[in-house]
Formats: sequence, structure tokens, C-alpha cells
Amino acid sequence: MNELIIEAQNLTRKFGDFTAVDHITFDVGRGEIFGFLGANGAGKTTAMRMLTGLLSPTAGEARVAGYDVASQAEQIKQEIGYMSQKFSLYGDLTVYENIRLYGGIYGLGDEEIRKKSAELVEMLQMEALRDKRVGALPLGWKQKLAFSVALIHEPKIVFMDEPTGGVDPITRRQFWEQIYKVAEEGTTVFVTTHYMDEAEYCDRVSIMVDGRMDALGSPAELKKQFEAEDIEQVFIKLARGADRDEG
Amino acid sequence: MQPVRIHNLQKSYGGIQALRGITFDVQEGELFGLIGPDGAGKTTLFRIITTLLKPDSGEASVLGKDVVDEYNAIRSSIGYMPGQFALYQDLSVRENMNFFASVFGTTLEQNYELVAPIYRQLEPFENRLAGALSGGMKQKLALSCALIHKPALLVLDEPTTGVDAVSRKEFWQMLHRLKAKGITILVSTPYMDEAKQCDRIALMQNGGILSIESPSAVTRQFDRQVWSVRAGSKYRLIQFLRGYEHAESVQPFGESIHYIDYRAGFDPADFKQMLERNGFQGVQVQQVAPGIEDVFIRLMEQEETYE
Repeated sequence: MNELIIEAQNLTRKFGDFTAVDHITFDVGRGEIFGFLGANGAGKTTAMRMLTGLLSPTAGEARVAGYDVASQAEQIKQEIGYMSQKFSLYGDLTVYENIRLYGGIYGLGDEEIRKKSAELVEMLQMEALRDKRVGALPLGWKQKLAFSVALIHEPKIVFMDEPTGGVDPITRRQFWEQIYKVAEEGTTVFVTTHYMDEAEYCDRVSIMVDGRMDALGSPAELKKQFEAEDIEQVFIKLARGADRDEG
Repeated sequence: MQPVRIHNLQKSYGGIQALRGITFDVQEGELFGLIGPDGAGKTTLFRIITTLLKPDSGEASVLGKDVVDEYNAIRSSIGYMPGQFALYQDLSVRENMNFFASVFGTTLEQNYELVAPIYRQLEPFENRLAGALSGGMKQKLALSCALIHKPALLVLDEPTTGVDAVSRKEFWQMLHRLKAKGITILVSTPYMDEAKQCDRIALMQNGGILSIESPSAVTRQFDRQVWSVRAGSKYRLIQFLRGYEHAESVQPFGESIHYIDYRAGFDPADFKQMLERNGFQGVQVQQVAPGIEDVFIRLMEQEETYE
């Protein structure tokens, strides 16, 4: 049996009377690219915060990289990477400074940071840009750098928030190839996105509605199950049935 | 009269050319889309059209008025929804509406009929602060405010970015309704899949326009056969095909790989056998109709070759 990197059993979070995440149960395997979808307010952010050890569940349980989210949050933080298009890098620091900063935050030693920085800059073919401010780089470069930085401590799983929004179709595909590569090497990739055709690149996709996980399967399976042409149609069929008042 | 006429428009910031000589017209009552990634120049173009920025050279007229000399006349007859949420977060929904109406010398009541299909969904939250609305609701409020003075032209800068799929679909339905009322709409988006919602689209990249056509004409002009290929690991398949001597283009497309072959007499059955000989299993090869993204990628690749 393939090693499981996420095991969630009836994971639940309430805020007062409001059940933000309502008994979700799912597994994600090693090296899997898992798409985590849901409308605004469906409970994705709350679920992600529990899986990354930032918020305790009120019921149910989840293990990430073998650690319990409620009692071993600090260990989880060592084993995960996080990339958000908007907040991951410091625009006023150079490429090299950002890499070193994150290496330090993730607890790598000086020697390791030096080695990793050199490797990373070379792999991204960013030698010439090493001392450029990140804020001045094109979006596509920022995304590739943010992704590599999120992997600097060799986490078992990397969480990504709308990883390829806003870039041109070629850069977007180069980015997906980078994702396929790390997944092939055994890193699990957990993607949240509003971009429904981005979901089609994932191995499996889940869709949250009103705090529940109402669909889970490969894009092909979901299209078949919901008699839809694409994931967008699946999503709309499910989200239209949502009760939650959007306001 | 064409509501928007742009001729050889150029704009640079420092040494960076944001617009490199752009030319296009928008017809009356048209829903015209500018499709392109961040940095293509969409926002710069919109700021010039809405008279918020002066071009370096070239001409632009909106509703028959020049954007530099007659900017004042333009401002009162267009509705603009910028890419960043630009309403007052500390005012309520109703207060924002009243404010924008009074700026344009009108009232919500006077133009209620036009905004009603959108605004009605906001009425249950009339007293909520705009800053406390969800993304989809903010977008509806911004559109209502942009429409409050019955503009002849609506300019919408990435209205659907960051909004979920259901709200996006509803938003496009609203735009079609406004178009039916005779309002000309110029809209930008980074989402290629929204292109089909427009009457005509301009594909933008690096400050230039790659193509202007109706969505169906854009894909019709594609002169290559596109093959959708599946065979287990996408990563290994891409790596292998990139090294294959007859490959012209290999790109991941959702669950499959889009493959274009150099040869005129490409035989999918031979190709499938070739993949199987090289250790791939469960190989499927199917011809697919090219989409807007296939076209965009090809046009970008051609640009790179010419430059």
C-alpha cells in the first residue's frame, strides 16, 4: 500500500454554532497531486488551516506526514511547505536573500543553506538574477522561485494556493511540469484553486460544499459521475446546491 | 460611430514598453474581450481608455472623443470597474451606491431598472459594510456602481479574477444581459476559458496584440492537428515526447498531453505503437479540436521565433 501523507477522519471544525468543516474524510497518497476545490465560504481555508497545524479540529482527526494535527502541530510544520502566489516571497529582498531567509526559517544549517541556494539558483537558471529584488521579477519567475523555496527543506507535502493564476499559458505549463517532476520524485502536492481548468491537471480532485466534501475522484471519474464535460460543470452542479448564504 | 478607436497606441514606463503600438476598434453593442496574462498591458490600455493615463504616442478615442483633449466628456459617459476593489470599504452597500450616483448627478431610483438584476441580490445586505462582503458580492456591488449613471461603454478590468466558478458564470450572464440592453462592453481577463463569452477577442502578450478575431475564428485559423495523448505518468510522457524527433509541440493540458507532430502524414496508430514499444502503457491517442490556449501558445511560440 502506498504511504499516506494525509489521513483525515471525520475532520470537523465549529465556530460557535457554525460548522465550517463538517466531518470530512479523505486520504492523500505520497507523490499525489491533489486538487482541493470549493466555492468561497465552503470551508476550504478552515480545512487547510487544520491540515497545516494552525487550527485545532473540534471533532474528528487528521494525520499529516504521520503526525496528528491536534497534538503534533510543530512536527507537522517541519514536514510541510507552503506556497501562496500573493504572500510567499519578500519583494524587497533579492532572490538570494529570499532563499537564505526561508532556509533559515525552516531550520537548515549555514552550510546546507549555502549548498541549497546554489543548487536552486542553478536549477531555476536564475544565476544572472541572483542579486535582483524579487519585486522586480516577472510573475512567472516569482512563482517558480516561490515553489522552489517552499521545497527547500524537502517537505513531504507542499500546499499551494492558486499556484498558476495570471501567467501566460506557456509559463503556466512550465510550472505544471515542475509540479509533475516533484510529484514523480515523491513529494505530495496539495492545490487549492478557483481556476477550474487548473484542477484538471491534478491526479484527484475534491470539491467542498457547505463544509462537506461532496465529490472526490480523478477528473475523469468526476466528469463521468456528474455527466459533465469538464470540472467547471461538475463544480457548478455541486455549488449551485449550496445552502450557505454568501453575503 | 465606434465606441472605442485605438490607433498605434504606445506607452512606456521608464525603459519598459507596456504598449507597443496597439490598434483596434470596438463596435457599438459589442462585448469585446482582451485576453492575456499579467503584464501583457491590459491595465495600461484600460487606464488610457478611461482617461486616467496619457499615452506616449498614438491615438485613442472613446465615444467619439479624444482621450487626452476631451477627457472630461468621456468620464461622465463611461463606467469603469478597475482590477482592484475600488469602492469604499467603510461605507455600506447602500452608501456606496448613493455616493457613486451623486457623483454622476443621479440617484439609484432613477436608474434602478438597469442595475436591478444585479443590485437585487445585494439588497438583503444593504446595510453591510462593503469591506465585509464576499468576493462575489463585492464584484456585484462594483458593477452596480459602475452602471449607476447608465454609461454607453463599460470598461471592466479583470472582473472575474479571484472569484469562484459559480460567481464567474453569473457575472458573465449579467454582462450578456447588459449587452442586450445596448451597452458596449470592453472586458479583460487572464482566463482563456472565458474567451468564448465574447463577440470578439484580442489576444495580448508583452504589450502587443497577437490576434483579433471572434472566438470561433481564432480556433478555426489553427493550421495543425492537435492530438490528445495519455499514457500513465504525464511527467515521463512529456520528457519522452520532448526528445522525440518528430515532435513540434508537447504541452500538458489538464489530464492529457497536447501533441503536435511535424509530419504531414502523421499516423496515430503508428504513434501509439511507438509509445508502447518505449514502455508506455494504457496509451490513448485522440484528435481534439484546438482551443484558445492552443492558439495562444502557438502564437507566442511564433513571436519568439520571429524576434
